[in-house]
Amino acid sequence: MPLSFLDDFRRGDHVRALMNRLEKSAAALERPVRIMEVCGTHTMAISRHGIRQALPPNLKLISGPGCPVCVTANSDIDTFIEMALLPGVIATTFGDMLRVPGTRMGLAEARGRGARVQIVYSTLDALRLARENPESKIIFFGIGFETTAPTIAAAIAEASSSGLDNFLVLSAHKTVPRALTALCSTPELAVDAFLCPGHVTAMIGPHAYDAVVADYGLPCVIAGFEPADILQSLIMLCGQLAVGRAEVALQYTRGVRPDGNPTAMALLHQVFSPCDAEWRGLGVIPGSGLAIRDEFAAHDAARHFQVDAGYSHEPRGCLCGAILTGLKTPGECGLFGKACTPDHPVGPCMVSSEGTCAAYYLYETNDVL
Amino acid sequence: MFLFLRLEITFMVSNSNNDRRILLAHGSGGRMTQELIEEVFGTAFANPFLDRMDDAASLDLTGRIAFTIDSHVVSPIFFPGGDIGRLSLTGTVNDLAMMGARPLYISAGFIIEEGLPFQDLQTIVSSMQQAAAEADVEVVAGDTKVVERGAADGIFITTSGVGSIPAGIQISASGARPGDAVIVSGTIGDHGAAIISRRGGMDFNVELTSDCAPLGGLVADMLAASSEIHALRDPTRGGVAATLNEIAAASGVDIEIGEDLIPFQGEVRAACELLGLDPLFLANEGKLVAFVAQADAARVLDAMRRHPLGADACIVGSVAAAERDHCRVFARTVLGSRRILSMPSGEQLPRIC
Repeated sequence: MPLSFLDDFRRGDHVRALMNRLEKSAAALERPVRIMEVCGTHTMAISRHGIRQALPPNLKLISGPGCPVCVTANSDIDTFIEMALLPGVIATTFGDMLRVPGTRMGLAEARGRGARVQIVYSTLDALRLARENPESKIIFFGIGFETTAPTIAAAIAEASSSGLDNFLVLSAHKTVPRALTALCSTPELAVDAFLCPGHVTAMIGPHAYDAVVADYGLPCVIAGFEPADILQSLIMLCGQLAVGRAEVALQYTRGVRPDGNPTAMALLHQVFSPCDAEWRGLGVIPGSGLAIRDEFAAHDAARHFQVDAGYSHEPRGCLCGAILTGLKTPGECGLFGKACTPDHPVGPCMVSSEGTCAAYYLYETNDVL
Repeated sequence: MFLFLRLEITFMVSNSNNDRRILLAHGSGGRMTQELIEEVFGTAFANPFLDRMDDAASLDLTGRIAFTIDSHVVSPIFFPGGDIGRLSLTGTVNDLAMMGARPLYISAGFIIEEGLPFQDLQTIVSSMQQAAAEADVEVVAGDTKVVERGAADGIFITTSGVGSIPAGIQISASGARPGDAVIVSGTIGDHGAAIISRRGGMDFNVELTSDCAPLGGLVADMLAASSEIHALRDPTRGGVAATLNEIAAASGVDIEIGEDLIPFQGEVRAACELLGLDPLFLANEGKLVAFVAQADAARVLDAMRRHPLGADACIVGSVAAAERDHCRVFARTVLGSRRILSMPSGEQLPRIC
């Protein structure tokens, strides 16, 4: 995609014209409306481009559970850290995870205590490490949603077919639609509509949200990540709310096909099967995780290493759980901006580049502090 | 016949200059050290001060002197647009220039890991000399140590330098005043993007090039155009975002920039999009941010644009009195709303310079 094409979605005159239209659409609603942006990349874009402050007064955007690092339960993080501390192990992970504080220590601290922890940009890097270090076990921390899970499935399939037995994955993957229906059943949340994640939907396809519409009557619009995308999607949501309609609509047409990405999803299902998963803030959601299938058991770190990470719990005073579910905003957390900053994060939402607290701290502290 | 030919080729390669390596003995202080100094450093940096081989350079300096030091540990040591040699020279020259000083003399300390190819050292030293010539400075003192394999990563270079501050020049990080225009000298984030593109085997199909360059000449032209330049800083580690926050804090002011006013290279922005990085946080090694009285801004901008290293210079924002008791930097978004531009935090990219 040429960048000049992307520039059009950021042009001041385009964006301001859309904001004018959104103001009219919101005014027509004549009531306050709460829209949840599910995806962490949306949260960042909304904060970074100053969209939240510029919104019409009756429109409120609530940040949801769409940051992969943030929703990873401390129990999974503690388990991975225990594995990283084992002799002969090279622990590999995406960068953000390094600084997330676990119950007793974070990965950065584990590295200081002698654990071999390597940041990788993709699973291909982890596979290469496995080839170059046949005497070591390479454990990759599989986190994230349907966007990253297929690439990790591909790595496991590749390791399996090429006999790379020292490549293992600790799978803490999550699937998005189950989390949305779980959120819909949270009465105190009172969400009126969802701004759905563009990249996840490019994989799972728009129909994945049919249940949200059918069972809960909430409008869903699948949005791109530029300011113009987000504003246009909000206009579409207001349009549905104005006439009391609820359907799945697609704004991000340049990124999402009607059937998603069947090839990637087939690979995902070939390697993983649904399992119950613990989410930070949401607890255990049945069928919302991805376990490595028996055929690939040789690459399943959870089966290979029996570690006891002890009792896991959230940091004292940290509201990440409530912030991830939209029940609280960062400004309502007593630690935010004081004990908890990006340099000294207490909870994962302050660490991750997609975290709600990091987004508010980086771009919106003017309004919060 | 075939075997003979192969042997001959092997023999030639092992004796060629390509295969010579720096050994611990090169740092022993003995004959090999002497050879290294004469063959590499003495040849490249030849000047009357160095040629005397005294224990220290003896320099004639008058007036106010700027004096600074900068260590360089960049990885990789060779990158598009430069290498650790060029970087180590320009780093110190630019720190001097940011005080309004005319950079004059440089000293350099080399910590070399045993096994570094001799030719790599020659390339590094020669690009250092090339940068010194561009900056019109002389390397007048140096030191070399060789450490065991694993105790360093190829080569580390520390440079220090002195420059003379012309009479009447009062430039300081604490000098920015409400009403000043904020000027950047060109596209932002080029060095950081070039380093990332060389790390971890990332191939973007386009060559991202570091902007690594000595800024003394550009600053001299700016100073000739106006006596109302209040603060200068080269936005290296932490990028423009860190520089603006440092100046705001040191000067006790708020700063506001327009997001759409910042000049970026298309390739750099594209790479940042892909990797989720903010170009405002990326290092620059040949750019400066200037805080200039509004009345003189157009004149300074004009002088900058006539210099090759300031061709893309533009005004990106302005300074205001601090609204609260802590100083802040704001970015005006395309929507017209104002967001905080904070200090980068954590290890963004280690060892970029």
